[in-house]
Amino acid sequence: MTTEVGPETEVKKESEQLGADAANEKHEEATESQENQKSEKTLSEEAQSSPSSPALATQSSPSSQKKEKDPSEGKGISRFIPPWLKKQKSYSLVEPKDEAKKKPVEERQAMEERESQLPEEVAEPKGNLEEATIESQQEAKADDKEEEKHSVSSADTQPAKEDSKEIGVEKVADEQEEKQKVEEKRETKEVQTAEIKMEKAPQKAPKKIKTVPCKVMLLDGTEYSCDLEKRAKGQVLFDKVCEQLNLLEKDYFGLLLRDNSDQKNWLDSSKEIKRQIRSLPWIFTFNVKFYPPDPSQLTEDITRYFLCLQLRQDIASGRLPCSFVTHALLGSYALQAELGDYDSEEHNNHYISEFQFAPNQTKEMEDKVVELHKTHRGLTPAQADSHFLENAKRLSMYGVDLHHAKDSEGVDIMLGVCANGLLIYKDRLRINRFAWPKILKISYKRSNFYIKVRPAELEQFESTIGFKLPNHRAAKRLWKVCVEHHTFYRLISPEQPPKAKFLTLGSKFRYSGRTQAQTRQASNLIDRPAPYFERTSSKRVSRSLDGAPVGITDQSLLRDFSAATVGPTGDMVFDDEAVGQTTLKNGEGRDEDGSPTKIQQLKLTQDEKSSHETLNVVEEKKQAEVGIEETVVIDEINRGTIQAVTDAGESRKVEHLSKKDSSSLSSDSSSSSESEDEVVGEYQPHHRAAEDIIREEQEENEDAKRMPKECATKVIQSVETIQEGSKVTVNQTQVTAKALSQENAVAIKTGEKNVMEEGKQDLRAEDEEEQLRINGDVSHVDIDVVPQIICCSEPPVVKTEMVTISDATQRTEISTKEVPIVQTETKTITYESPQFDGSAGGDAGVLLSAQTITSESVSTTTTTHITKTVKGGVSETRIEKRIVITGDADIDHDQALAQAIKEAKEQHPDMSVTRVVVHKETELAEEGEE
Amino acid sequence: MAGLSSGGGSSLGRCSHAVVRALPESLREHALRIEKDKAVDFARAEREHQLYVAVLKSKLGLQVLELPADESLPDCVFVEDVAVVCEETALITRPGAPSRRKEVDAMKRALESLNLNIVEMTDETATLDGGDVLFTGREFFVGLSKRTNQRGAEILADTFKDYAVSTVPVYDSLHLKSFCSMAGPNLIAIGSTEAAQKALKTMQQMSDHRYDKLTVPDDAAANCIYLNIPGKGHVLLHRAPEEYPESAKVFEKLKDHMLIPIANTEMEKVDGLLTCCSVLINKTSEL
Repeated sequence: MTTEVGPETEVKKESEQLGADAANEKHEEATESQENQKSEKTLSEEAQSSPSSPALATQSSPSSQKKEKDPSEGKGISRFIPPWLKKQKSYSLVEPKDEAKKKPVEERQAMEERESQLPEEVAEPKGNLEEATIESQQEAKADDKEEEKHSVSSADTQPAKEDSKEIGVEKVADEQEEKQKVEEKRETKEVQTAEIKMEKAPQKAPKKIKTVPCKVMLLDGTEYSCDLEKRAKGQVLFDKVCEQLNLLEKDYFGLLLRDNSDQKNWLDSSKEIKRQIRSLPWIFTFNVKFYPPDPSQLTEDITRYFLCLQLRQDIASGRLPCSFVTHALLGSYALQAELGDYDSEEHNNHYISEFQFAPNQTKEMEDKVVELHKTHRGLTPAQADSHFLENAKRLSMYGVDLHHAKDSEGVDIMLGVCANGLLIYKDRLRINRFAWPKILKISYKRSNFYIKVRPAELEQFESTIGFKLPNHRAAKRLWKVCVEHHTFYRLISPEQPPKAKFLTLGSKFRYSGRTQAQTRQASNLIDRPAPYFERTSSKRVSRSLDGAPVGITDQSLLRDFSAATVGPTGDMVFDDEAVGQTTLKNGEGRDEDGSPTKIQQLKLTQDEKSSHETLNVVEEKKQAEVGIEETVVIDEINRGTIQAVTDAGESRKVEHLSKKDSSSLSSDSSSSSESEDEVVGEYQPHHRAAEDIIREEQEENEDAKRMPKECATKVIQSVETIQEGSKVTVNQTQVTAKALSQENAVAIKTGEKNVMEEGKQDLRAEDEEEQLRINGDVSHVDIDVVPQIICCSEPPVVKTEMVTISDATQRTEISTKEVPIVQTETKTITYESPQFDGSAGGDAGVLLSAQTITSESVSTTTTTHITKTVKGGVSETRIEKRIVITGDADIDHDQALAQAIKEAKEQHPDMSVTRVVVHKETELAEEGEE
Repeated sequence: MAGLSSGGGSSLGRCSHAVVRALPESLREHALRIEKDKAVDFARAEREHQLYVAVLKSKLGLQVLELPADESLPDCVFVEDVAVVCEETALITRPGAPSRRKEVDAMKRALESLNLNIVEMTDETATLDGGDVLFTGREFFVGLSKRTNQRGAEILADTFKDYAVSTVPVYDSLHLKSFCSMAGPNLIAIGSTEAAQKALKTMQQMSDHRYDKLTVPDDAAANCIYLNIPGKGHVLLHRAPEEYPESAKVFEKLKDHMLIPIANTEMEKVDGLLTCCSVLINKTSEL
């Protein structure tokens, strides 16, 4: 792992990579505990960008360090928490006086940070900005103690820096591609120091680019070597390999990381390689990632050739089971392709033994292969490949990516992801199947994987089915594979991953390559003579032209790429199309005036188009909407009560809540105003997905496991304190909300959490989740409420009291019935700071906009809800972030939280953090597994 | 050359050989049956069966292996239950009814004589009746019934690795094929009862492929025999109009098929349907 030496502010980027290790070791010695954190960090690097840097978080609390020098806090969460939050730990939620004093300090600091950022952006100092921005301040303020702490914490800061770097790079790339350049740039400015640095880093030291030797095992058994820039993304390597292979139809392929597990870990081409391989050597395997359902539609023989090689591996290894006869037949085609016609002189009895056709190859089988080989006389290699593929593609496990899992009763099953959907196997038997059009949502949470499926014909509610994966990572891997397969095979174009705007905590994973439809379209444009290529072990092959038989080529050209959407169920095709159209309309509507109402209508239309039950659906949705709004309002009321009890400064929140824009991070700012449309746009792709909303876990246990024990204890106490207040109503409300949210994963947690939180955040988050889901939701789901982005066109006034309750009960039933019950332990703590600028709450103001953004990284999911209101001519922007940190025990939750807090401040330097609610949930039952 | 049934089901119904077995007199008294009160007219049963065999042999030109009856095995005429043959491989089953387990011996010998790859279901925990196995040409559906269990289905899946094997719960009927069968390469004949329709839904959900369905009013009539005979094209053996007039009308709408109505009144009294009385084999390679 590469690191910088923490305490030194001016770290040379150039030396970062190499010199680091030594320094690192020192740190490790110094603090063993830090070591853990470090390795954990590495984990989090793996797949997702978690842009924010813990380094910033650590450093963000200089003032706290100054004020509270208690060393014992160095390890706990408190280390990371700003001073006013620490105060809160004394259970009294409000200490107006103290806070009054501190707040200005906060603000000033924030201002400073911001100021210092801007100039740096323009003229980059030599120092590493990552640290410089904040550290410069810190250093200035810091006393000796801080120095000490710094060195301690430096070890764990390193990986995070790398994270943020990558994000930065991505951002830059995005900017180039994106039309919304303006907004993007704005983002960059106001948000991240790290990003800025990233942009500059490459320019700074072009000569010092470090390269890493890397190897790729190719399908023909040969090895490709090259040197890569150390921070190269996966795409770079993949492109190099494909170029080497002379492969144009490359979207079906991918690179596998080489780890010890038997599971496939795909290199994400949009991410830095370095961050994905962790400690593994830079050795990869070139493999087929998406098996074309109809290989004859591939344009080039060379593509079919590689597919054949892959399938030969799959078959010989037993991954692709087939019968004796099929083994023999496929083997004979492979021989024909590789050796040409059977030649009784050349092909003695042993020629065949060097080939492996089956996991358990017998003499009998070899004889059969030879016998069949003789019958293929005259077939060119390309023809033999085609025959091979025609037979292989019919195998029932062709293109099925299997994952071990348990069902809700703990029975071992296999989940197979394929072009058409998700298959459930018990032993060899298919026991269920969920076609993509049937799946509304895919999510995972910890080691659980959930699919929400459309209601069957006579059922009213969709159900969620949970599976237990061996561990968190397996669940996530499965989730990603599902997202990718769905996108590749079912969508016309990939969804845009949500842009990391306000949240830099992570990005939602999306398939970023071309879909099958796109790649087919592109292949149709391939205009080159059939490339010559050499088949591995036979030179004879080269004599016969590798050009495809005319017939085949023609076929593939004739076929319209619309065939891509032809699924097993004809009607579903229309779904997709309808969806595509709707998406366009949505986009237009938004562009015109951004009117949420319009979008909503469009959505409903979409529902009608693509779902079988039309009117019902719409009505149900509306009901659900009502329910939600009602909930919100209730919540507002409760909030009022609470505030009365707790904190005068908070009164402002009430007002915001009524506008559905409560937030823990808030201040006046109009900075977010522009982005709202854009944000909606970011979710637009969901519409395209229409029948499936694939969303990464939105976990409620945001702070789970993050808190050190000392804190946890206190949490409980503070919870009690809160509960003394007029809390009861709140609880109920939130239960309702939870039920409405209908997502089991969420439901479980929310319920618990609600009890303790003021609920503001919860509600918010749930609402957000609703929105997210809805965006693509074509379903007849009562609960899938229209997004608030949309709702806000009308002020969130209570509509009725009906519906909610019945819904709620039903919902709850479903959740408990369908989902494996997870025993949890919950702890929550709330930190608050007063707000001074808010008026006392009665005035609701006018809600201008609301938006929700979700992002996700390996261990964290961040949901940000931004609302903008105008009240008496003053516009207010409220940002509420909900950060869910999940994961195996090896994640440093403290740090992640700290990072999040710090980051939030970083991102919105002109805002102040008014409240932090920490909610910890531990899975009791499954400790062993995670 | 064998290979996967190419063309996705187009080879369905291809048939060169059939194995049948004469019915023992013990059938009248001792054959298993769901409804006990129906008296079997044995003579008529024999006549019906002879007609059935004659159709296969004379009319369709199949090579028919006729196994002799065994009086100790009252159900031995229902050969379908003791073997599942797909392409060159034959799975000798372990019938769910213990009284029928010995039926496999004669069948095994017959199939061996046809040079098929024989797989025996030796697992003592497994049961499988061929009547629960629906092969569509693309995949297998196996009814989990009183006669067939999960393990039996697993062994079937292991035997025919090329194909997906999906399980379908069967509640009210003896077998999966008590209310359905293939009536064409892509066509499932299905009865109208709720149970039948539910099973069809299950099968549709489990399949990547989309089948057409032919719904007939009578469950028993949904059990028919589809054959694809060179020179004759699509052939469908279905229940006679005298037995199931409404269902026969449905079959008569199949314009492309050569329709051969066959009466099976007596055998049905002991839960025997058309498919039950033969094992159809397509030997492509010479014996």
